[in-house]
Amino acid sequence: MKLKKTEEIFFKFLMYISVSFITASLFLIVFSIFYKGLPSLSWEMVSETPKGGFYFGKEGGILNAIIGSLYLSIGATILAMLFGIPIALFMNVYLRKYNRFVNGIRFFLDLLWGIPSIVYGAFGFTIMVMLGIKTSLLAGIITVSIFILPIMVRALDEVLKTVPVGLFEASLSLGSTRSETAFRVFLRQTIPGLATAILLSFGRAIGDAASVLFTTGYTDHIPTSIMQPTATLPLAIFFQLGSPIEEVRSRAYSSALILTIIILLISVISRIVSAKYNKHRIKF
Amino acid sequence: MRFLSRKIRDKSSLFWMVISLVILLLMPILLAVGLYLKSLPILQEQSFWDLLTESDWKPMQGKFGFLPFITSSLWVTFLSIIIATPVCILTAIYLTQYAKKRVLAIMQPIIDILAGLPSVIYGVWGVLIVVPFISKTVAPFFGLQTSGYTILAGAIVLSIMVIPFILNILIEVFRTIPEELTEASLSVGATKWETIKYVLLKKAFPGIISATGLGVARAFGETIAVLMVVGNVVKVPTSVFDSGYPLPALIANNYGEMLSIPMYDSALMLAALILFGIVLLFNFLSRMAIIRSEKNQ
Repeated sequence: MKLKKTEEIFFKFLMYISVSFITASLFLIVFSIFYKGLPSLSWEMVSETPKGGFYFGKEGGILNAIIGSLYLSIGATILAMLFGIPIALFMNVYLRKYNRFVNGIRFFLDLLWGIPSIVYGAFGFTIMVMLGIKTSLLAGIITVSIFILPIMVRALDEVLKTVPVGLFEASLSLGSTRSETAFRVFLRQTIPGLATAILLSFGRAIGDAASVLFTTGYTDHIPTSIMQPTATLPLAIFFQLGSPIEEVRSRAYSSALILTIIILLISVISRIVSAKYNKHRIKF
Repeated sequence: MRFLSRKIRDKSSLFWMVISLVILLLMPILLAVGLYLKSLPILQEQSFWDLLTESDWKPMQGKFGFLPFITSSLWVTFLSIIIATPVCILTAIYLTQYAKKRVLAIMQPIIDILAGLPSVIYGVWGVLIVVPFISKTVAPFFGLQTSGYTILAGAIVLSIMVIPFILNILIEVFRTIPEELTEASLSVGATKWETIKYVLLKKAFPGIISATGLGVARAFGETIAVLMVVGNVVKVPTSVFDSGYPLPALIANNYGEMLSIPMYDSALMLAALILFGIVLLFNFLSRMAIIRSEKNQ
């Protein structure tokens, strides 16, 4: 009897260690990025583009990468929404009766979610070479949107699944068409869920480096058209960190801090939105 | 009139929905076919088996042996899974069986933020903390000298990255196990721990295997974070303190400049195809196993 108790205590001890390990990892990561990034974070960093000699430690900032990343992620998210929202609605409004088929699509989406972004990046680059397109914001937007599409559809689908059948039937019985039911009832009913799905995809888009490595290129200027190449934050961090010069490396840390803050902000916003989600919902 | 315009809108939005779905379904097929066509030139010149088992990588001389990259990928992936899985199982048991609701409410955001951090941030953290830790503390402890940019560093960084991923699936798995089962076990006099050990873990076993499989797929394709800490030396690694050069890093490091060397782009596309195939296979098997075990319950 005593042995049994010891065993349980031992494993409970291991559980505490595991939980602390995970918690400590997060705090260690965030803390070390803040600790290293804060000293060289300045107004200049976020408000100016690289000046001459920036990569040797002279003045300038990474505004080009911040704006570039925002353009890229916003563009990719909008493009993904254009396809993603109709797909998710189609699955949950039109295909309601064909459960097997919808589950098949879900399975397929889960598979797509797992494909590494470097594969998309390499594939995107090959297509560009074939068509003779140069690295550009547009190429990046298309590649990233393909890569976040399954994530967005699946996240939206999870929320749309919970819309009660009664609402669907009520809407149809009042004489609305299926597409009106889809866009005016289902989508409105799940606006907070839609917002979190969009934020999730946006977070993925802004943080991914492997898919933009060959498709968007890198430049010190803020792009003025979608056919121009653009810098992105993850690549700015990656390139600056590879520098042998101390000042440039410390800028990499503060760039990492900026990206971390953006990601934390997205997380906080989507948490607030989904907390409200449960308040404004018609329940049956 | 009004009725007609509603009807047109209904039809046109249906049309757009169908088009979107078709594009989505065609995308991976297009991807696979494209990668295959691009890697055909090298496959026609050398046999697939030779490419996989050769360890000579000299693109200038037309020698493309993938063995160093594949073994590096396997080392990093499996090491990271070995670290991550026990931590995830223990945490998932704790959070679903022992912890109060409040603890789970605190842990869920922590897990979500870990899952949302970009891989380049993990890479920076690896360079800042993990690499020096290995070169200054771990390696001297074993009487070795390294720069710290090793397989081990890649595996540690990767394990933290896959933990939230595996953990979220495991929490789901433990939650779907019906409570009557554990209650029945408790009512015949088993202790809480015995119930977990003999009932819960047994029931959850297929789920645990699937979650691990999905973790393997995720870890195998991770690029930037691993590339930043693993050293990138073309050599078949023989210990965790050796530098490695995983497949995704190979593609990421060389893709921009490969056009001038014959067969180089074909070889890199083959690398992408191998990556695609392995990840898809692990995902497929794991998802199938999850569906199977859900049906049995």
